[in-house]
Amino acid sequence: MLALSVLSLVLLALDHYSTRLDSTRSVIGVLVTPVVVIADYPSRAVMGLQENFASRAAMREQIAQMAQEQLLLRAKTEKMASLTAENNRLRNLLGSAAKLLDNVLVAELIVVDPDPERHEVIIDKGSYSGVFIGQPLLDAEGLMGQVIEVGVYTSRVLLITDESHGVPVQVNRNNLRLIAQGTGAKGLLELVHVPDTADIKEGDLLVSSGLGDRFPAGYPVGVVNRVVHDPGEPFAVVTAVPSAFLARSRHVLLVFSEAGGLKAKSRPATDSSL
Amino acid sequence: MHSNNLWVIFLSFFIALVFSIVSLPDALPVELGYLRPQWVALVLIYWVIALPFRVGIVVAWVAGIALDVLLGSLLGQHALALIIVAYVASSLYQRLRMFAIWQQSGIVFAIVGLNQLANFWIESISGVAEWNMWYLLSSVVSALVWPWVFLVLRYSRRLFAVS
Repeated sequence: MLALSVLSLVLLALDHYSTRLDSTRSVIGVLVTPVVVIADYPSRAVMGLQENFASRAAMREQIAQMAQEQLLLRAKTEKMASLTAENNRLRNLLGSAAKLLDNVLVAELIVVDPDPERHEVIIDKGSYSGVFIGQPLLDAEGLMGQVIEVGVYTSRVLLITDESHGVPVQVNRNNLRLIAQGTGAKGLLELVHVPDTADIKEGDLLVSSGLGDRFPAGYPVGVVNRVVHDPGEPFAVVTAVPSAFLARSRHVLLVFSEAGGLKAKSRPATDSSL
Repeated sequence: MHSNNLWVIFLSFFIALVFSIVSLPDALPVELGYLRPQWVALVLIYWVIALPFRVGIVVAWVAGIALDVLLGSLLGQHALALIIVAYVASSLYQRLRMFAIWQQSGIVFAIVGLNQLANFWIESISGVAEWNMWYLLSSVVSALVWPWVFLVLRYSRRLFAVS
């Protein structure tokens, strides 16, 4: 009793103050992987059933819709390719290092953290697929969060709405740089230290600014939904709704941006990207 | 080892771990997450009462470490909380065996409440959580679930003659 209690306390202290236990954690993580896989099974089975019982007409409609969407996206990509090339050429002329090419790896969300106090999810890719701590995670709509713990076959991701998470962002309209802090409420971000005179209004798109070397620049983070100027407060109260479908998208993208990745690897990770 | 059917104990802990992390459908409000019973603690209490010489503090510690890794909490947090659960349950096991199931539920409420408090203390010291009454609600739900856990586990213990 006493020995194990003391051992637990030592582990707690070590885990809280250092990163020395991370490898132990990932070894135990491999041992308990079956639990994670089985816990994921019900939601996977429900999705499978839904697909099985979808009507033929609905399926055809969906396929037609997807074909149309793909056509549109392809047209956009064609344009995008030439724009990217042009942008990179111009950046080269300017001598700037930022490039508009990121490699991505498709991962699948397997478990949503059951504790409502933390906004974390588990994905089905780990160090085996080259995932590293601090790696940004996206879905089709925008930035979701960053990897905070890497196992061999799974990783844990902190979502941008977690209270301990902050993302450097800029307003797409005028490049005003701000920090979007998670609020702990699902689907709400808070912009901190916004001067009352700042040019920001409802409906502004926030994109990642790339400052802080953690997230690649230019991915949508959220849309401003409320701006309150209270004369009694030193700063304006501004909140935003995340663009990504946090914890609702099943398929997510892990970004390998060259500059960000190398830096994140060579540096001990911190919880926040500030 | 084979004749004792100890794998039933292992399996019950495995299922409890699965229940502790299985994700709820997105349609339900997130607050329901607070109502999740402490499955591992319940299973642990049952085995400590039923087979105190087999399941005790060491098993509690191992299950707690597994839970810590699964939930991403500080390593040792649930381990410490479950050690307390196992210690209290093992010091009360003779009395608990005599109780009716609803009386046991009362004690389970108290023990799981202790577990929740220990978890909350560690989380608040490391600056993760703020106190809210939801923490105690989980032990209420655990007490309500206890009779079913008890009956299912007792049935499987007798069926497989776990000893």
